[in-house]
Amino acid sequence: MKRVVITGAGTINALGHSVPETLEAMREGRCGIGPLEFRDVERLSIQIGGQVRGFGAEGRFNRQQMTLYDRFTQFTLAAAKEALAQAGLEFSGELSARSGVVLGTAGGGVGTWDDNYRSVYEDGKNRVHPFVVPKLMNNAAASHVSMEYNLKGPSFTVSTACASSNHAMALAFQMVRSGMAPAMVTGGSESMLCFGGVKAWEGLRVMSRDACRPFSANRNGMVQGEGAGIFVFEDYDHARRRGADIMAEVVGFAMSSDAADIVMPSKQGAARAMAGALADAGIAADRVGYINAHGTGTTANDKTECAAVADAFGPHADRLMISSTKSMHGHLIGGTGAVELLACIMALRDGVIAPTIGYQEPDPECALDVVPNEAREAAVEVALSNAFAFGGLNAVLALARI
Amino acid sequence: MSIRDKVIAIIAEQAVLEPSDVTPDSTLEELGINSLGLVESIFAIEEAFDITIPFNANAPGTGDFDISSVAAIIAGIERLVREQA
Repeated sequence: MKRVVITGAGTINALGHSVPETLEAMREGRCGIGPLEFRDVERLSIQIGGQVRGFGAEGRFNRQQMTLYDRFTQFTLAAAKEALAQAGLEFSGELSARSGVVLGTAGGGVGTWDDNYRSVYEDGKNRVHPFVVPKLMNNAAASHVSMEYNLKGPSFTVSTACASSNHAMALAFQMVRSGMAPAMVTGGSESMLCFGGVKAWEGLRVMSRDACRPFSANRNGMVQGEGAGIFVFEDYDHARRRGADIMAEVVGFAMSSDAADIVMPSKQGAARAMAGALADAGIAADRVGYINAHGTGTTANDKTECAAVADAFGPHADRLMISSTKSMHGHLIGGTGAVELLACIMALRDGVIAPTIGYQEPDPECALDVVPNEAREAAVEVALSNAFAFGGLNAVLALARI
Repeated sequence: MSIRDKVIAIIAEQAVLEPSDVTPDSTLEELGINSLGLVESIFAIEEAFDITIPFNANAPGTGDFDISSVAAIIAGIERLVREQA
């Protein structure tokens, strides 16, 4: 089996348009959540979100590209550009033939569906643009990355709601570890912050109207975000040979299915995924210093997740740190695990633990060290990234300092 | 149909019971309605009366809207129908 390392990272989200900007915001505990701005927002009962501002798609992409790229693809390409530039990899020959791109998204081109349904239903038009389908399809982002960077190996999109990115990155990890691919571009993207996207979530009655306060006793729901996180996962020997800068090592993963309820999380399913990731990595539980929580800020998730951590880690649960950066960038749904992996990398590489901001009142059902409100310096050897999706589909990644 | 009868009919349908089995003092839990069923019932009531119910599934007991019993729900709906008419 090959060792797998991360040699490039890129992002765009409500906290910043790059990895350095995002990590700086996380260190400062800055909140990227604010009033939503888009057409018909006044008809929503939920009017806040972690929206990407000042993206300037028109300046980044030409007219022809704009007709093909939904916002979730635009985010992906912007983040991929940063990740690939950092990795310094050029794909040609054998490397190109065997390397691919596996990305996660829950909704794909939601904005394109929304715009075009509005056009035919509300405006009564009977004709849509010829590229509606290639623009909205869930694999559009992965395909455009493959074309942009000449990635001709295994490429596809994974859709498991809020765990999409983690499932995608777990698969990319597995492909590099097995020797199937020397490098994989992976991560995920989401862009649901439009009228139809938020209206759908509103129906479930789990969204907060004012803030995302994970683990705080007065939390009242999740807040949606948008953006992308893209990484280059590479065979360690390959990375070493070419003298690449290594950010962290991916050491294990596990996936589990609750097989129980379509929306309510299960402690057992989450605990099995965390314990499974450690078993896969061959790492003892007490070496884990930090967990980037799924931490949505809903009543159900946060107490279930804390109970699962207690189950999986035993007494060590009281010694590790666990924070939810969703309090700052919102819940990026299918892209969330990718942006949150950055907090794990920061913990391992920089020794800085991103805080859970908005924390106001301790909750006895979430009695762990949630790194409230302020970032903390700490040396961390191993970090986990949790994602527990609707449908009971869980995926946990384990990263180690290198 | 009165507001009371309509609300009971909606709750009975959600609980797969006869309306006569839904008494004012029953709680939704006693009727076997779980959190998803509750969200669905709230939606059905909003649609039936064309009102907006201030309900957040994260804090079902703490909002302005009392869901502790069928009677409390009916009283809340009657108030909202008056206010939002």
